[in-house]
Amino acid sequence: MKKLTTLLVGFLASALVSSAAVAAGGHGAAVDKVYLNMSDKAALQNGAKLFVNYCLSCHSAQYARYNRVAEDLDIPLQQLKSSLMFATEKEGDLMTTTMPAEDAKAWFGVTPPDLTLVARVRKPDWIYTYLRAFYRDDSSPSGWNNSLFENVAMPHAMYELQGVQKLVGKVADGGDHATDQSASDGETYTVVGDAKFELVHPGKLSPAEFDKAMGDLTAFLTYLGEPAQLKRKTIGVFSIAFVLLLMGLCYLLKKEYWRDVH
Amino acid sequence: MAIHRHDNHKSANAFMEWMDARMPVTKVWNEHLAEYMAPKNFNFWYYFGSLAILMLVIQLLTGIFLTMHYKPDAALAFASVEYIMRDVPFGWLIRYMHSTGASAFFVIVYLHMFRGVIYGSHREPREMVWLIGCVIFVALMAEAFMGYLLPWGNMSYWGAQVIISLFDVIPFVGPSLTEWIRGDFVISDATLNRFFAFHVILLPLILVALVFLHLVALHHVGSNNPDGIDIYDELDEDGHPKDGIPFHPYYTVKDLVGVCGFLIIYMGVIFFFPDMGGILLEKDNFAPANPLQTPPDIVPLWYFTPFYSILRASTETLLQFFAYSSVIIAVAAAIFTKFKLPVRAGFIILGLIAAVVFMNSSGKAWGVILMAAAIVCFFLLPWLDRSPVKSIRYRSLPFKVALAIFLVAFFILGYLGMNAPTPIKTLMAQVCTCIYFAFFILMPWFTSIGKTKPLPTRVTVKEH
Repeated sequence: MKKLTTLLVGFLASALVSSAAVAAGGHGAAVDKVYLNMSDKAALQNGAKLFVNYCLSCHSAQYARYNRVAEDLDIPLQQLKSSLMFATEKEGDLMTTTMPAEDAKAWFGVTPPDLTLVARVRKPDWIYTYLRAFYRDDSSPSGWNNSLFENVAMPHAMYELQGVQKLVGKVADGGDHATDQSASDGETYTVVGDAKFELVHPGKLSPAEFDKAMGDLTAFLTYLGEPAQLKRKTIGVFSIAFVLLLMGLCYLLKKEYWRDVH
Repeated sequence: MAIHRHDNHKSANAFMEWMDARMPVTKVWNEHLAEYMAPKNFNFWYYFGSLAILMLVIQLLTGIFLTMHYKPDAALAFASVEYIMRDVPFGWLIRYMHSTGASAFFVIVYLHMFRGVIYGSHREPREMVWLIGCVIFVALMAEAFMGYLLPWGNMSYWGAQVIISLFDVIPFVGPSLTEWIRGDFVISDATLNRFFAFHVILLPLILVALVFLHLVALHHVGSNNPDGIDIYDELDEDGHPKDGIPFHPYYTVKDLVGVCGFLIIYMGVIFFFPDMGGILLEKDNFAPANPLQTPPDIVPLWYFTPFYSILRASTETLLQFFAYSSVIIAVAAAIFTKFKLPVRAGFIILGLIAAVVFMNSSGKAWGVILMAAAIVCFFLLPWLDRSPVKSIRYRSLPFKVALAIFLVAFFILGYLGMNAPTPIKTLMAQVCTCIYFAFFILMPWFTSIGKTKPLPTRVTVKEH
């Protein structure tokens, strides 16, 4: 039995090593960590508002329905109809875009991808960094570029909120380790991912407010990727508590039956 | 009241008598549950048999509900899965139970097989139990592979593309065979439809039938136990094994505890980590299938990765190594064995032929052969294992060392298969592939050397 235990320990150790190696691998570009609070309904509602106002004109969320979003985010139906939906749509409709795919392809070079599942494909940290990494680039067709997604076809949809950024350079220790605001040489730079930006033209929101807004939008996209996540953990806690109780009873039953086995 | 109960009892008896005269209900119940004698010393490892059946039932039931909403159509499949995740009440739960269930099934089956290996459950007289189990393992891999295409995500698409194109390497018929399997020149709607048919009808039927045969064979020879000794060697006055207890109620109640323990872990994954950071549900599979956009790394799900690693490890370098090794082994055999001269010359000729074959064939073809051989090895285990004892508790040290090395190699292969290959990782995969096959090829040798411990006459039970 001791040998078997040793073997098991070896077995588990190698499992741990391989899973640790899996966790360590798979690093892509430097991205900023976003702290999501999926129970913050106000943040999710703000994200929904930003999504409808700034994303849905070109991108669709073709697997999601308006009324489901409203129900999950505690948005009253009246408000949903008045501020989130186009006049012709019904509340149970899928969140499709009004931009025809062929036109979009002609205008941007690619059809803007559907965003329902983007948070599951790209991961929230990537989205949070991407949304803040647009900068002015006169050499690109749209006049914009993105330091995380080089030469992306998408223009900066929210420049009126963020303002206009200029790429100053790259930082070596980008991503999670970078400080968002670094003051050097008397000038204020913003570090997003591994890129250093200078705000040449301020927008409606301050950099801190814009970061918060993009956090909210990222939270909304994360919700949109899997609406069930808002309730699945709660259901999980109760289900597991029930099985734990059941296991206790089953154990007692087993003990009772096995009393006469020697 | 007492009279009523008595009457009920009597009528129940009368019903069973009526039934038993027409169908062997009580007989089957007794033979397979109430009077099926199981060794009393089953430990933790013995939960995985009943858990595998539970998992099969969960997959069948959740599968039925998924089928009610899923559309096996290349234009609709992806959206129908999202419809299940969003619009079907508790559809997300059913889908996560099924997707997590596939991985849980493989965890259970791998542990169940490992149990067999460490306690010698594959040994005489249980070879048929083991062989049917191996067929179940292969059928399960086919079932999982075909099921993985159905969400019609981009990884589903490209995973299937890569695996089906493996058949291309078969001489002469390869290309037409792959076309026949796909029903098209590429993975398409036709492929999706037939995989759906296989996944929901053919393979589940085969699996259920095989599990039935697995149990028929097991109950014919009786269960092994952690001591690897036959409980029928020690009988009491009534002819019952002294160390046997009826499966029902003893192991039914015990397995209930195991079921609860498993469910807690299973539900923990479903409710808290349903995609397990991309291990259970890969992120590329949340984008619809796109024949024009290959994912950066095409990787199968974790349960296939050890075999996928073996497939990828087969490069020209590995074949050269095989060629040199076959010459060296042939020469060594010719020099050190005591056969007649013509036989020894034959060894050298065989070695040279093998070397020439290895040097002149493609890495891809050998990759497929090695991957298939890696699975075939499991079928041969009952005859490769020559140890005089069954259980690892009494086995000699060389077996334990070899098994430990094999396990480490198997895990490393599994890890490497999840990652894009680099030169160093390919080399590691090649070393581990050699260890993998060496474990099986050398098994007749290392199981027959070393000192085994004396067997007890009765099973050992922890004092409680």
